[in-house]
Order: sequence, then structure tokens, then C-alpha cells
Amino acid sequence: MSAGDGCGAPAGGVSVSAATGTLVDQAVVEGRVTREGTPVSTGYARLLGTGDEFVAEVPLGDDGGFRFFAAPGSWTLRVLAPNGLRAERSVEADHGQVTKVEVAL
Amino acid sequence: MSRSDVLVDADWAEAHIGEPGVVIVEVDEDTSAYDKGHIPTAVKIDWKKDLQDPVRRDFVDKTGFEALLSERGISNDDTVLLYGGNNNWFAAYAYWYFRLYGHDKVLLLDGGRKKWELDSRELTKDVPQRPRTSYTATEQDASLRALRDEVIAAIGKRNLVDVRSPDEFTGRLLAPAHLPQEQAQRAGHIPTARNVPWSKAANEDGTFRSDDELRSLYQDEAALDFSRDTIAYCRIGERSAHTWFVLHELLGLPNVKNYDGSWTEYGSLVGVPIELGEAR
Repeated sequence: MSAGDGCGAPAGGVSVSAATGTLVDQAVVEGRVTREGTPVSTGYARLLGTGDEFVAEVPLGDDGGFRFFAAPGSWTLRVLAPNGLRAERSVEADHGQVTKVEVAL
Repeated sequence: MSRSDVLVDADWAEAHIGEPGVVIVEVDEDTSAYDKGHIPTAVKIDWKKDLQDPVRRDFVDKTGFEALLSERGISNDDTVLLYGGNNNWFAAYAYWYFRLYGHDKVLLLDGGRKKWELDSRELTKDVPQRPRTSYTATEQDASLRALRDEVIAAIGKRNLVDVRSPDEFTGRLLAPAHLPQEQAQRAGHIPTARNVPWSKAANEDGTFRSDDELRSLYQDEAALDFSRDTIAYCRIGERSAHTWFVLHELLGLPNVKNYDGSWTEYGSLVGVPIELGEAR
């Protein structure tokens, strides 16, 4: 799939290099989910806005990775995994920046 | 038609794996998910390769749909159970599509792939071999699909439901936040549209909210007039298929269409009205 042709959420999210335009135009939030040092490859990362408003969701990649192309601002990142595991982090995104978030469940 | 006629839970699906006359189908845009593991006996449909015309911007025609289902080993009498990733967006799109071509015995798995995974239910890499069939589709049911001229004519007259995220609706983003920002030439929304993001119709695990919650969401919170006809749209027509499923199949509203051209078409048309910001 070429990036942005549709709305699908490839595991881990679309790669930055696949994004059209330059990173200057993008506010990227990305990171990795682990449990006891091992990547969590089955699970979902959700990006939420004010009042827990749903913004986007991607399945975690094989390396536990995820990536969002957000608007600049404050967001909540929520991770869901099997067996009821979940975690939440506050993140800030800005144009031209890649905000890294590491989540240990 | 009621919820139980169109929507089944994971226990139902598990109990019907391998049952003759029931075909489980995973529908995704990125089919690598299927390749890594799918519900036992499920066949896959690739939203783009299988359901979209490779040349024109349109979905495959009747002949193409017949060829696809025949090749996948699906017959007219089979009950087709659809599920997929992205909270069932593409499965809902396929559901709408099966209904367009007259396949009535079609079901959606509540929660789709996500709930199945979060429940730690069985996934397999085994690809089933189904014998070829000779599938016959009906002509497209035009009562389910809106094209652009009908959408423009509906401004201020029908319910227009924009199911994208608030940031896409107001014009801050052109695409969902898990994708690079590109596509339509202009941002914003169709004038008079209400913004009811598809996600409000779903629980966190991807299952649909209850009928009462859904009715309250559209009727009370979004102030949709249920006595009017409705057109749902998003960016490419799959999230709005999810909302079409809610309004037409779960809540039973009679005249609901999905505008599959959606914002990638409307936002690139020359001369049509566009609004920015909150709904007016």
C-alpha cells in the first residue's frame, strides 16, 4: 500500500519516509510498547484528544511500534493489549517534531 | 430487521467456524494482518485490490464482484460473516457492498479483529481452499449509494453526516491522524453537515454501542432529524460505511446512503461550497 491512499492503519503506522511532503509539515507521535523488556506485538495504540475524544488508532507492529501524524497540540496516548493490559501517557506534538513515547505495560 | 439479524458476537463466530453454509471473510486494506493470522477458515478480501476498479475511480462492477466471490468459493446461499481491522471499517464497507449487490445473508462480527485479538482467541495462518462457485450478483441497489450530484443537491435538505474526526471536519487535518496529511485539495466539510465521528458509535474494544446509546447519539446529541433522508460520508467511504451500518442496519432508518466518493472527491471538486470550522 502506498501511504495515504486510504484510511487503513498498517501495523505500527505508516513510516515517516513514506509520508509525502516533508517532516516539517507533520507532527509525528511515535513509540514502542514493551512488557518486561519484550515488544508487545498484539495490541492497539489510540490517540485521544480533549475529553478523551477518539482521534486515531493503529495496531502495534511486530516491534511493538506505533506512529501517528497528529495536529500540533496536547494528546493522550492509550495502549490496549490482551488480558486487559492498558496504559496511558500525555504527549505533546508539534510540526517538524517526532515526539517519542516509550510505554512499558 | 434487528441487531441480531446483522451483528454477531465472537462466541457466535467461534461456534460456527467450519460450519457448511457459513463463510468467514476478513476484509482489510492492509492484508498483512490476515497473513500474520486470521480466524480459522476465514478467507481474505483485499479492500483495494479486490473491491476497487484498478483503472477508474470506482468499485468493481457486477461482473467483477461475481468473479471475486466465485473465485473465493462463496455462493449465493452462503451466510457471509465479515470482520476486519480498523474497528471493522473495511468490513462494514464490504458489508454495504455485499448488500449493494444483493447478498442479504451477510453478518458483521461485533468488535472485528480487535476484539478477537484482545480476547486472545485463536488465530491461524492456514489459508483455506474453497471450491470455486458460480456466484450471481444483482444490479447495484442505488438506494444505498450517494453520488456527488445527489450530495450537492442534499445540502440543507437532507441529513448530511460527516463521520470523520473533529479535526478533519473543521479543516485542521486532511486525513486521520495515523496517516500522512494529504489527499483532497481543500479541507473542511460539506455545508450543513453534522459531525458525528464514527468512533462515537463504537466502544473501545470495537464493538458497537447499544441501540439506545446510538439513538441518543444521533437524535439527541447530534440533533439529526430521523424523519429526513440521510447521507453519510468520510474521506474514502469506509468509515461512513460503519455509520451507514449503524443508521440503516442497527437503528433501521429507511433511507440512508453512503457517499463513497466522500471527502477525497468532494474536497477536490471545483466550485462546490465548503465550510470550515465548527458545524453551523
